[in-house]
Amino acid sequence: MNSAVTDVGKTPQSSVPGLNAFWVQMAAMICFTVLLSLVLDFMKVWPQEWILPIKERITEFFTWLDKEAGIGQLKFKTVTRSVSWLLEQPLDWAEYILYRGIKAKQLPAIFWIFMPVIGLAVLHKRFGLQKCLIAVAAIWAITLADNVVIQSGLYELPRTTMDALGIKKLDALPWVVIVAGAGILGHWIGGWKLALFSAGCIGYLAVMGLWRDSMKTFSIVLVSVPFAVVLGLGLGIWVTRSKRAAAIISPMFDIMQATPHMAYLVPVVVLFGAGQVPAMIATVIFAMPPMARCTILGIQTVSSDVQESGRMSGCTPRQLLWKVTLPSSQRILMLGVNQVVMQTLAMVVIASMVGAQGLGHKLLFSLQQLRLGAAVEQGLAIVLMAVVLDRLTQAYANRAPGELASRETGWRARKHLWLFLGVTVAAYLLAQFIPMVEKYPRAFTFTLGRNIDFALRAFSKHAYDYINPVRDFITVYMLIPFRDFFLWLPWSTVIGVVGLAAYWLGGIRTTLLTTGLITAVILVSGNWEQGMLTLYLVTSAVILCVLIGVPIGIWASRSERAARPIMATCDTLQTFPSFIYLIPVIMLLKVGDLSNVIAILAYATVPAIRYTYLGIKRIPEVTIEASIANGTTPLQRLWKVELPIALPEIMLGINQTIMMALAMTAITALIGSSDLGQEIYRALPTSDSGRGIMAGLGIAVIGIVADRLIQAWAAERKKQLGIN
Amino acid sequence: MGVDAQIKCRNIWKIFGADPEGFMQRHNGNPTADDLAAEGYIGAVRNVSFDVHQGEILIIMGLSGSGKSTIIRCITRLNDPTAGEVEYEGRDLLKATPNELIDIRRHKMGMVFQSFGLLPHRTVLSNVAFPLEVQNLDQLEREKRAMEMIELVGLGGRENYFPRELSGGQQQRVGIARSLAVEPDIWFLDEPFSALDPLIRAEMQDEFIRLQQMLKKTIVFITHDFEEATKLADRIGIMKDGEMVQLCTPEEMVLNPADDYVAEFARNAPRDRIVSAAAIMKKSSAKTPGKISGASVSAAAKIGEIAEQVINSDKPTPVTDAEGYLLGHVDRDRVTKALFGKGDIV
Repeated sequence: MNSAVTDVGKTPQSSVPGLNAFWVQMAAMICFTVLLSLVLDFMKVWPQEWILPIKERITEFFTWLDKEAGIGQLKFKTVTRSVSWLLEQPLDWAEYILYRGIKAKQLPAIFWIFMPVIGLAVLHKRFGLQKCLIAVAAIWAITLADNVVIQSGLYELPRTTMDALGIKKLDALPWVVIVAGAGILGHWIGGWKLALFSAGCIGYLAVMGLWRDSMKTFSIVLVSVPFAVVLGLGLGIWVTRSKRAAAIISPMFDIMQATPHMAYLVPVVVLFGAGQVPAMIATVIFAMPPMARCTILGIQTVSSDVQESGRMSGCTPRQLLWKVTLPSSQRILMLGVNQVVMQTLAMVVIASMVGAQGLGHKLLFSLQQLRLGAAVEQGLAIVLMAVVLDRLTQAYANRAPGELASRETGWRARKHLWLFLGVTVAAYLLAQFIPMVEKYPRAFTFTLGRNIDFALRAFSKHAYDYINPVRDFITVYMLIPFRDFFLWLPWSTVIGVVGLAAYWLGGIRTTLLTTGLITAVILVSGNWEQGMLTLYLVTSAVILCVLIGVPIGIWASRSERAARPIMATCDTLQTFPSFIYLIPVIMLLKVGDLSNVIAILAYATVPAIRYTYLGIKRIPEVTIEASIANGTTPLQRLWKVELPIALPEIMLGINQTIMMALAMTAITALIGSSDLGQEIYRALPTSDSGRGIMAGLGIAVIGIVADRLIQAWAAERKKQLGIN
Repeated sequence: MGVDAQIKCRNIWKIFGADPEGFMQRHNGNPTADDLAAEGYIGAVRNVSFDVHQGEILIIMGLSGSGKSTIIRCITRLNDPTAGEVEYEGRDLLKATPNELIDIRRHKMGMVFQSFGLLPHRTVLSNVAFPLEVQNLDQLEREKRAMEMIELVGLGGRENYFPRELSGGQQQRVGIARSLAVEPDIWFLDEPFSALDPLIRAEMQDEFIRLQQMLKKTIVFITHDFEEATKLADRIGIMKDGEMVQLCTPEEMVLNPADDYVAEFARNAPRDRIVSAAAIMKKSSAKTPGKISGASVSAAAKIGEIAEQVINSDKPTPVTDAEGYLLGHVDRDRVTKALFGKGDIV
C-alpha cells in the first residue's frame, strides 16, 4: 500500500508511474503503423508471396511419418499399429463387460488374463507381492504355451466348461447392476444423498433409451482415464525430479492447454486412422496435462516438515515418493483425476468426429440433422454422466484423509464391495427368469425428444418473428462493423500494439515472445485473416462475458442468499462438455455470427463470475470496515475500494474466460464460421494435418499472448497492492 | 552428566547464493560478513563449532532467521552444509553416502518437527510404525514396538485415530513417539512445542523432562523461547545472524552474558530458577571450611528455592556444599538484589 501512495505522490494523474507515457507511446505506435500501412501496402496486408509453406511442410512430414519413416525394417506405421492394437484390448474388455457380453470364443483369453490379476489383488497382502507376481507370470506363461504349442485343453478349459454347461454367451453386466454399482459407490464415498443421486442419474440413462450409447461412451472414459492418469502422474513426477525435463515439458503443457481439443484430432487421424482407438488416443493426450500439473503442484506443496520427517525416518528416495509425498498430496492428485475425467468426457464428444461411438456420435448426428429434440436428450445424457462422475471424484478428493479406511475389521470393512458382488450375482440369477433385469425394456423407455421437437416448432413459428429482427439488428449494426474493423486492422498495428504492451508489462523478453509467436504462427503461415476473425469472435464474446459476469459476481458478493445458487449453478455449468452449449443456441438463433458469440458467451462466462465474487470476498474485512468508517456510500465503496482491490483477481478471471472462449471457437466451427476453428474442422476429413495444426496453434498463440499480458499485469498490480 | 562428546561440529558453514562452493574457495573458506554482503550471499550458518555431550540436553536458541533451524538440518544432513565437519562415532557425517545416511537415520537419529510432520493418511499406530516400516520390519513386530512408544507418550487407546482427530499436543506426542520408535542415540527436536498453546506447551515440557529422565538420550533441541530453554537445558547455545554467540549453562549466561545481545535475552530470564546460591553468596574467608549444623542452604539450590528461608532469617544463612562444608553466606540483600536488581547480580 505504501508504495502505491508514494507513487501517487509522484504522478498525480495515475497510480502507475509513467502510465501517461505508456498511452502516449501507444497512440504514437498506432498512428505510425496506420500511416505507414497507408503508404506501404505490405505493412497492411502480408503479401501472398511472402507466406512460407509451413502448413505444406507439416503435412508432408506427417505423410512421410505415416508412409515411410522407420528404422530399417521397423516402420513407424508398425509402431502406431502396435500401439493401436495394445490400446484396443482394454477397450474391448470394457465393452464386453459394459454392454457387449463375452462370446465363448473370447472367453479363454479374457479368463486367463484377468483371473490371475484379480487373484493378485485379493491375495497379495497375505502372500507378499513378489510371490504373487511370480505366480501370475507363471500362469500366463503356462496358458500361453498351452494355447500356442501344447494344446492340452487347459487354455480352452473355460470355453469347454461353458459349452458343457450349455451357455453360449456370458452376458454383459445387467443395467441393474451398473445402476446399483453407481449407488453403492456413491454411498461408500459420500453417503445416502450421493448414492441416490448417482443411481438416479445413471438409471435415467436407461429410461431415456440411451443405455447402449451411454455405455459405449463410458467404456472409452473407463479406459482413457487410467491411461491419462498414469501418464500424467509419471510426467509430473519426472518434471519435479529433473530440471531439464521441467524446461521442456512445462512450456509444452502451456501450449497444449491453450490448443483447442479439435486440433489434437488431426495428427492423430493421420497417424492412427479413424475409429474408437484414435479417438481414445486423442482423448488421453488431451486429458493428461491437468493430471501432470496437479502432480507437480501436489508434490511441490507437501509441507517441508512432512518431507523432512519422511527423510529422517530413513526413507529411500523411492519410499519417500510413494509412501510420503504422493499420499500426502492425495487431495490434489484426486482433483487431477477429477479434471482428467471431465476433460475425457468433453473430448469424447469431440472425438466422435473421428469415429468414437456412443453418445457424442449420436449428438453430433442429431445436431447436423437439426433433430434438436434428440440432441437435447443425448446432451442431457452426457451431462448426467459428467455430473455423476464429477460429484463422485470431487467427493472422494474432498473427504478427510483416511476417512474411507474403515476402522471396522473383517467383512464389515468391505461391506460395499460384498454388497456389489451380491447384487451382481443376484442380478445374473434373476436375469434367467426376468429378462428386464438384464436389459431395460424398450417399452418402458420414456423420451421427450418428439415433444421437444414439437414444442420447438411451435415456438419457432411465433418467436422467430420477434427474435429474427433483434438478431439481424445486432448482427448487421454491431457485429459486422466490429468484424470489418478487425479485418481492416493492418498487421503492423496489431503486432506493434501487442509488442509495446508486452514491453511495458513484462519487459523485452515478453515482447519478443509474443510478437515472435504471432508472426511465426499466424502471420507468416498465411492465417492472418482467420486469426483476426477468431480474435473478433472472442473479443465480442469476452466483452459480453465481462458485462454479464462481473455484475453477477458483484451481486453474489453482496448477498449470501444469491451467492449460493449462483455458485452452485456455476459449478454445474462447468461440468457440461462444451458441445452442449450449441444446442440451445441453434434452437433459438439458428446459425450465424451471433449464434457463435452467444455459444461462446454461454460457455465462458463462469470464470468472470467466479473470480469477481472471490476477488471481492477475499478483501480483508478490516479494509471494508475502514472504508465504512470513512463514510463511503455503498456505491462509492464498490467503485473506490472493492473493485480496485479485486481488479487483479477479476482480470485473472477474464483471462480464464478468454481461454475458454478460444477453446469454444473451435467448437462453434460446427455451426459455421470462417475463423481458425473452421480451419481445423475443415482439415479433419481431408487429413490435412498442416492446415489443422497451424490453425490449432494459431488459437493457442492468441491464448498464450493474452495470458502472458494479463498475468504480467495482475502480478505487477498485486505486488503494488501487497496482495499475495 | 558425562562429558564425552557424542557429536563434534567443526567450522560449519551454510551459505545460500548462486555458487556457494566457489564463493567459499575464493575467500579461503573464511569469508567475512562484508564479503557475504558484497557478493549478495546469505550466510545462514557461519563458522559454527560445538560439541554435543553424551546424555545432555543441548538447546540452540535464537530468533527466527538466526540459523538455528539450519544448523540442526546441517547435522542431520536434511540440508547439506557448504563446508565443515560433523563427527559422529569417529566418522564425518558430511561425507556419508546417501545409503549410509539412510542407514544412520534408520537406527541412530530421531527428529521431532515444529508442525509435527505427521502423515495425514495414516493412523497414529501407522505413523509411529512408519520408520520401522521403511526398514521392512515385519508388521507384527513393528506394530508391537510402535504400541510401546504410543503407551510411553500416553496416547494408549488412540492408536487407531487419524492425526486430524487429535489436538495439537496429542499430534506432537505422536511425532515424539515416531521419533523414538527406532530407539535413536541422538534425538533432534526442532521447535517441538512452538506451535502449541502456552498451557499445552508447559504440559509438554514436563512430559519431555519425564521422558528424558527415563531415556537419557543425547538431545539437540531448537527453540526461540528463552524460558523454555532455561527450563529444559543443560547447556544453551545462542545464535545470532548465523553465528554461535555463546554456549554455556543457563546460569553462566545470566551471570556472564557474552555481549549485549545475550544480555538482552538474559535480562528477562527467570533468575529465581536459574541462579544458584553459590553464585550470589559472600564467600567464606576460612581456608579450611568447617562442617555446619543447623539451618543452611545447599550451594546448588536455586534462589527461588531458598528465598523464603533466607528472607525470613535475620542473620545471613550459611551455604554448604553437598557434604555439608561451609562455603559462604547469603542474606536478604543479596537475594533481593539477585531477584529484582536491574544491573549485575553480584
